Amino acid sequence: MYAQMVKSEASQEDPEKLAAFQKRIDANEKIEPKDWMPEGYRKTLIRQIGQHAHSEIVGQLPEGNWITRAPTLERKAILLAKVQDEAGHGLYLYCAAETLGVSRDELTEMLLDGRMKYSSIFNYPTLTWADMGAVGWLVDGAAIMNQVPLQRTSYGPYARAMVRICKEESFHQRQGFDIMMKMANGTPAQKQMAQDALNRIWFPALMMFGPSDKDSVHSSQSMAWKIKMNTNDELRQKFVDQTAPQAEYLGLTVPDETLAWNDEKGGYDFAEPDWSEFHDVIQGNGPCNADRLEARNRAWNDNAWVREGMMAHAAKKRAQKVAAQ
Amino acid sequence: MNNALFESLLRLGDNTLVIGHRVSEWCGVAPVLEEDIALANMALDLIGQTQMWLGLAADVEGEGRSADDLAMLRDVWDFRNVLLVEQPNGDFGQTIMRQYLFDQFHLLQLQHLTQSTEDRIAAIAQKAVKEVTYHVDRSRDTVVALGDGTEESNRRMQAALTKLWPYIGEMFAADAIDLEMATAGVIPDPASLRADYDAATRVVFADAVLTPPAGDFAHGGGKTGFRHSEHLGHLLTQMQWLQRAYPGARW
Repeated sequence: MYAQMVKSEASQEDPEKLAAFQKRIDANEKIEPKDWMPEGYRKTLIRQIGQHAHSEIVGQLPEGNWITRAPTLERKAILLAKVQDEAGHGLYLYCAAETLGVSRDELTEMLLDGRMKYSSIFNYPTLTWADMGAVGWLVDGAAIMNQVPLQRTSYGPYARAMVRICKEESFHQRQGFDIMMKMANGTPAQKQMAQDALNRIWFPALMMFGPSDKDSVHSSQSMAWKIKMNTNDELRQKFVDQTAPQAEYLGLTVPDETLAWNDEKGGYDFAEPDWSEFHDVIQGNGPCNADRLEARNRAWNDNAWVREGMMAHAAKKRAQKVAAQ
Repeated sequence: MNNALFESLLRLGDNTLVIGHRVSEWCGVAPVLEEDIALANMALDLIGQTQMWLGLAADVEGEGRSADDLAMLRDVWDFRNVLLVEQPNGDFGQTIMRQYLFDQFHLLQLQHLTQSTEDRIAAIAQKAVKEVTYHVDRSRDTVVALGDGTEESNRRMQAALTKLWPYIGEMFAADAIDLEMATAGVIPDPASLRADYDAATRVVFADAVLTPPAGDFAHGGGKTGFRHSEHLGHLLTQMQWLQRAYPGARW
């Protein structure tokens, strides 16, 4: 999925080195793990890639919530494949973060004790099967908007991870839209479920792009470093412009009475989400924050014996190999 | 309709459906990220195999039912899976032990099914056997690693083996349906797989520093549908809920 509200760090380094670094970025050169980089660039990237990885991992939970209740064998298989992809995305992203000098276990500990965040969208519940459609359509749709430009981001390992992730995300979005089509053209109860899902997920999806540009204090340094490629409002506008006609095609109503095409700007006018709700969720008061973190903590703690057992066995094998030599 | 053939296909498809569902219950909460990926992958293979087995069962039945109808609209007494696969996940040790005990049987079964005189069964088995070869490798290695890991991991794996031991025998218990199909060369006689199974598992238990319990008592009643455990009904309640709550809807 993606990262939001990543605080970028200022750098105190040698101005000459900083200028040379900026020149490389401006020339669209990729920065690779062994290259010199400002400490602020490294820290900001760790935060952003780590948060992105955590979002993939926590993002398994709202969809995993429906794997055991998927209505057909095919839907179950597709959802399993999607959630498996997300775990895979988490893995590439943790690997990309490791090239910056932080281990996966360290990042995991920071997720589990709340020092690091994941995308706020996963703190909303999935209540009906239509939510599997709406999450794919809207949440993966918003994630793609964010991630496609990141294929051109300045840090090589992140950009390359994003190329593969984007391919899979577009499959995810299509399967979500396909569920929505089935629901919107189904029985009256199914159509009602589809509308209800759109009503609940629309504004949280808009929040995924982060606060309005006028309130987004962390953007300019990240934009200069090409860690962030577009402003929050640009991406949000693009998302609404793409999604509003899709809702119309589905025969569903976007829960925003002010939504209207604006000829002059060549895009839709739309209502901003309730930013106080956004800040509540970021602060830990979303509908599912406590459940999500508890689920991840339980998975990690209750299964510590498995990881320890595996490591102990691997150590024994290594010792036997050394003894045999 | 060939009833014995239909029943045999249900046994194959219900085994993969029920254990695939159980594995999918781990989604998002596995011990480590690589396990999340591996478990989802395995569940995906098993659900894919289910679509083929139950699809063929529905064709053989010839009453217009689909694989989904068979999966989602039968009740407990119509299921034909062995009791082992419907046992709850328990801790990760119990899940992976259940998986290994089933995978080892499943591989031997599929290897014989690739030679089935019923071409459609042979074709499905040829595809499935590749997947299950990998499943066995993984579940066996994990059982060995955790058995031969720490004191705690060994204790948990021993507990899992002791608990699941009485569910092994049913996989090899032949009844009249099995014998009719085996005589026709459609499926192997399950009893004929036992020696190879015991030989393979004996090595694994030794490598895993686990002691097989004494005795060969075996629970039964799953594959005949006579008497499932209480666990299956709860699994079906969840799995079938949407189809039951909104009859006739298309998803």
